[in-house]
Amino acid sequence: MDWFPLYNSLRVALISTFITFFLGIFAAHYIAKTPRLIKGVLDGVLTLPLVLPPTVIGFFLLKIIGPLGPVGSRVLEVFGFKLTMTWYSAVFATTIISFPLIYRTARGAFESFDSTLLYSGQTLGLSNTFLFWRVVMPNCKQGILAGAVLSFARALGEFGATTMVSGYIPGRTAIISTTVYQLWREGNDALAYKWVFINLIISFIVLVTVNMLENSYKQPVGAAKDHFEHED
Amino acid sequence: MSIYVKIIKSFGNFVLNTEFEAGNEILALLGSSGSGKSMTLKCIAGIVKPDKGRIVVDGVTLFDSDKKINLSPQERHVGLLFQNYALFPNMTVEQNLYTVLKNCNGQKNTKERLGLLLESFYLTGLEKHYPGQLSGGQQQRVALARIMASDPKIIMLDEPLSALDSYLRWQVEKELTEILGKYKGSTLYVSHNRDEVYRLCKKVCVINKGHSEKVSSVDEFFNSPSTLASALLSGCKNYSRAEKLSSDTVYAVDWKVNLKCNTFVPDDAKYIGVRAHKILPVHMDGDCQNKVICNVLETSHDLFSVIITLAPLDSDPKKEFSQIRMELPSIEDNFVLPGDIMAVNIPTDMIMPLRK
Repeated sequence: MDWFPLYNSLRVALISTFITFFLGIFAAHYIAKTPRLIKGVLDGVLTLPLVLPPTVIGFFLLKIIGPLGPVGSRVLEVFGFKLTMTWYSAVFATTIISFPLIYRTARGAFESFDSTLLYSGQTLGLSNTFLFWRVVMPNCKQGILAGAVLSFARALGEFGATTMVSGYIPGRTAIISTTVYQLWREGNDALAYKWVFINLIISFIVLVTVNMLENSYKQPVGAAKDHFEHED
Repeated sequence: MSIYVKIIKSFGNFVLNTEFEAGNEILALLGSSGSGKSMTLKCIAGIVKPDKGRIVVDGVTLFDSDKKINLSPQERHVGLLFQNYALFPNMTVEQNLYTVLKNCNGQKNTKERLGLLLESFYLTGLEKHYPGQLSGGQQQRVALARIMASDPKIIMLDEPLSALDSYLRWQVEKELTEILGKYKGSTLYVSHNRDEVYRLCKKVCVINKGHSEKVSSVDEFFNSPSTLASALLSGCKNYSRAEKLSSDTVYAVDWKVNLKCNTFVPDDAKYIGVRAHKILPVHMDGDCQNKVICNVLETSHDLFSVIITLAPLDSDPKKEFSQIRMELPSIEDNFVLPGDIMAVNIPTDMIMPLRK
């Protein structure tokens, strides 16, 4: 059995989760503070990929990073390589599609954060940077991690936009979802079942992880003491 | 050490307009909930920016709308104790204090000062505990210790006892009295509880619907409040609209009686107030000043007192101020019953003329 699709799927999902993790926290942190109107508009724009059909995202992406698109043609001209039909093309697609998941969970975590902790820290003379990393982040940790795991799962399961921008080239751009599709078209049910099974296991692990994170997130501070003790 | 505050801040229909000054003493900001007390503290701490005004602490201007000065909360050195104490839940008691100590005086003597703080706030033994594992009183001590670690120029307490169970409150209040007694700077104490204020503070500034009244001493505030709002906050139960007839006589509009008055009646007095336990029952035929004949509407027994609700004979008992509440120490049972008629005396020196 060729394990490339598993390797490629994990690679794409991990890289895009890494990117969305920072982008999502950054966006969530700044947007949580903006006035209501701007917040509404930005929120809509950033959440759009969650509700649009992935093929629409794929279509836009092709128009931008395709060999004829404004970005794609420039990169081809200057650097001499294509942005589509490669394994990393899938990263563009999964990043955009999984971004809203981490963004929304992180924003929820920031918004439910008790702002008096921040204010008291400020009046005690602690810098905003210190407070963000040592007080805000540790207290929003579970929410943000749950978002990251969800976003990873979504990236792993992406099919529509990915197949449009990176296609299916065995050994080069194949991922689990495109492989299953290809195997079904070829009538190779035996192998398709294997990949479906692998996918089921990964998704199940991810969901159990999210559940565990969310449960410890909801516990009151006192009850979560075991969790805190792991930190030292 | 001193603080001067004069700020205006509006939120929709609500306008906060406060002005007060305090020296090395505990000044209470007393007001009902929603009157803008906590908002005033947030403005002083730099968490909320006032629309207009000036805040000066120890000669340092923290905020001045004319000179465009608005220091960040970090630059203000103002200690604020939040209602929920706002301890960092992800840090132990020791870490909560250490973080602030290290930030404030660099590296020198941090360990020593930490030990000293833990000791003087009775926190020894709790160093490794997380805030979630502490009782309300312990959390408050940690929060106060953390504020002291930051060397504040003034300290502000936002309803420090309201989050505690009533049986804990007394104990914590005693500790608080001791801690505040040792502190040498100005203290602002926000509360809606007059008993707390009476026991803990020297001066009072009443904040009523966003407007602050003149700062007065605690004795002055409880013995002769000057406005209806401060009389209400000081716990006075009986009011009537009043018209000044002469320098020593007022007509109590709601009670429909003329009352002699030993206290000075200002021309702009609109109300009179009388405390419930100052009203005395008298003999129907007795001859005394300010005798008011009343219907007894209701009697109820407390553990140590009897509360009798009365309505003067000619008054309309449904009107807001017309009822009179009399509190007597628990004496012989049921000496009056609802439906009876009795005479009471409102002592001439117990009438408090009030401005609106």
